Amino acid sequence: MALYSEKVMDHFRNPRNVGIIEDADGVGEVGNAKCGDIMKIYLKIENDIIKDVKFETFGCGSAIASSSMATELIKGRSINDAMTLTNKAVAEALDGLPPVKMHCSVLAEEAIKMALKDYYDKNGIAYDCSVFPSCDDCSHCHH
Amino acid sequence: MRVYADNAATTKMSAAAISAMLPYMDKIYANPSSLHSLGQEAKEALENARERVAKVLGCEAREIIFTSGGSEADNQAIISAARIGERKGRKHIVSTAFEHHAVLHTLDKLKKEGFEITLLDVGEKGIVTPQQVSDAIREDTALVTVMYANNEIGTIQPVEEIGKVCRERGVLFHTDAVQAAGHLHIDVKKQNIDMLSLSGHKFHGPKGVGVLYAKKGIALTNIIEGGAQEKGKRAGTENIPAIMGMTAALEEAVKNIDTNAEKVSAMRDRLIDGLSRIPHSILNGDRENRLPNNVNFCFEGIEGEAMLLLLDDMGVCASSGSACTSGSLDPSHVLLAIGRPHEIAHGSLRLSLCEENTEEEIEYIINAVTQVIFRLRSMSPVWRDLTEGRQQFVIR
Repeated sequence: MALYSEKVMDHFRNPRNVGIIEDADGVGEVGNAKCGDIMKIYLKIENDIIKDVKFETFGCGSAIASSSMATELIKGRSINDAMTLTNKAVAEALDGLPPVKMHCSVLAEEAIKMALKDYYDKNGIAYDCSVFPSCDDCSHCHH
Repeated sequence: MRVYADNAATTKMSAAAISAMLPYMDKIYANPSSLHSLGQEAKEALENARERVAKVLGCEAREIIFTSGGSEADNQAIISAARIGERKGRKHIVSTAFEHHAVLHTLDKLKKEGFEITLLDVGEKGIVTPQQVSDAIREDTALVTVMYANNEIGTIQPVEEIGKVCRERGVLFHTDAVQAAGHLHIDVKKQNIDMLSLSGHKFHGPKGVGVLYAKKGIALTNIIEGGAQEKGKRAGTENIPAIMGMTAALEEAVKNIDTNAEKVSAMRDRLIDGLSRIPHSILNGDRENRLPNNVNFCFEGIEGEAMLLLLDDMGVCASSGSACTSGSLDPSHVLLAIGRPHEIAHGSLRLSLCEENTEEEIEYIINAVTQVIFRLRSMSPVWRDLTEGRQQFVIR
């Protein structure tokens, strides 16, 4: 049996939306190089719609695939949709991830949330802090 | 193109090993413990193999125990030495920080029983000195166990000199020679080795079989209880086909040891030179004192598992010490032991060659790795931070 599903391998081999957005409206970075994965998401937002999204990822195959899939799932959607994207939805869209790799989908969810938080901060939009991840909550890494 | 460059993980079986095994599967298949003539024929083959292995290692046949592999041999050697020491009130063991887990986890187990374990630093070069061993030995030291060559970075330890120190101080010396056997010369007498472990599948023999050499007079403790096989020290019907295959493979490897080393180390050097040209890359382990077939690099700004998957797509079979491939959250303990920071250790690549690799394959690997590193760096936020000056390079 292969380590990853065909979908994971497809998104890993041909990642969608790789790159940066120079004049991004929101940027979110999560993870830690010490733990072996960092994801950075760039959002271009117009009228509450995610017009464009790009990512850069330092990490394993499933981290790259999770970022790619997550960007596909929020592109063209409303910021509310993006806020409610769960790691499970990312993993399911990839036809599943091995249990030890589920944290990659968590990182993708959190990277998007952090990019939205950055957007809210830049635009003075009020939000509930508790819906955003903080590094201390991350169960993946305890260095 | 498919290039197999993961020979430190395991090797392809040689034709000599396979043909040595076959008769013991369907012709001389009897149990060597059986009294009938077919059983006695198997017994004869077993004892013949034992003598041949002993000859290769420079010891006596009665000092050879066949095991299920290197891990079992390591476990048995260390546990045996611990029990011998314990009986004399010695409960201290000296080893190194970058041993194989078969050694380290056995030492952990002993630690829980109250043994004190000193793990020596291996420095950036990945080599311990006899002086370090000498300084670490105490009145109550039961055992020194230092690997002959490291399985990840291939560095060769001065076992003969370490063995000499141990002899002078009256301490048992075990070496895990799993990566060395068939690749580096072994002479247990000359090298002052009391116990040695090796594994059949690292030199084109079969998997699931290994050897424990224990100098006569060392009382072994059973790891597996049962019948009286292996002089009562290792129960279970002997795996005759595997033992015959391993013996044939070992003899062949040792016969060609110098010509293979010359050929393989030339390819290794070419590979090291080629990969050194990738910016912000660094060779792990001493360049000179390393196995003829081992190449291990760290590349800054990328992660090892992604590298292996892309290399696999290009037909290159390799290994990495990244957390994602180690099955834990931490990267390789070997790379951490030589002082590589976590973020660098995640980007490691081990390529281990054999005499069947070709110069053409080496060029192909250099090309493939260069492309893969470029591709992963182009999507790495860490690489961007490094190249745009927001972070300092660790590897200059």
